[in-house]
Amino acid sequence: MKSNDLILQTSTRVVFFIIFLFSIHIFFAGHYTPGGGFVGGLLMASAIVLLLLAYDFKTVKEVLPFNYLGMTAIGMLIALTTAAGSLVFNVPFFTHWYDYFDFPLLGKTSIHTAMFFDIGVYLVVVGITLTIIEMIGGDS
Amino acid sequence: MTMFLWICVGILSFSLVGFLYRLMKGPSTPDRVIALDSIGVGLITLVGLFSILFDSPFFLEVILLLAIIAYIGTVAFSKFTEKGVIIENDRDTHK
Repeated sequence: MKSNDLILQTSTRVVFFIIFLFSIHIFFAGHYTPGGGFVGGLLMASAIVLLLLAYDFKTVKEVLPFNYLGMTAIGMLIALTTAAGSLVFNVPFFTHWYDYFDFPLLGKTSIHTAMFFDIGVYLVVVGITLTIIEMIGGDS
Repeated sequence: MTMFLWICVGILSFSLVGFLYRLMKGPSTPDRVIALDSIGVGLITLVGLFSILFDSPFFLEVILLLAIIAYIGTVAFSKFTEKGVIIENDRDTHK
């Protein structure tokens, strides 16, 4: 019997982008309100898990052709580079820095190096969660 | 107003007790899954009421988060009860 998941797949197409945008929001809001890299990464992972539930490993691998272990490594590298970059300017390890910049679309925005550390945390959380799920779920 | 909100919290707590009774007593697995989903919705309403009571907007993200997690959990449980496998490898070649 071929199962028919039309309602699940159609609702997933909408709900995935809602969860994705909420994950981005909670990631960027982490500096002033609750949230941050960890919760944002877990939400992104749960959005991809919802895709995996509605479709299957092969389809999701075609849609999102990421190597999740490589994503974990890149996240670790970004976090460590942000931490070690302060040594170049002759300040202690993990010293952060911020300044205000004028961007063409966003206007005056403050860039804090803690955000790059958080991007590393985000990538590590997404990569590790999906690596675990692929290892457990994807036995061929 | 505060009295009214506390009465709402009491009624919701009673409904959560009812859902817990269904969760423990439920004869079949789908009864328990629906009870868990309803407990998720009850927790969402409780968090909303408490965010009014504590006069803080910082709990509102918890509401959306709980809704998403409850949805994904319910979908995973129902797929497990229907097919016996939660995440398929390849849908087209799967029997």
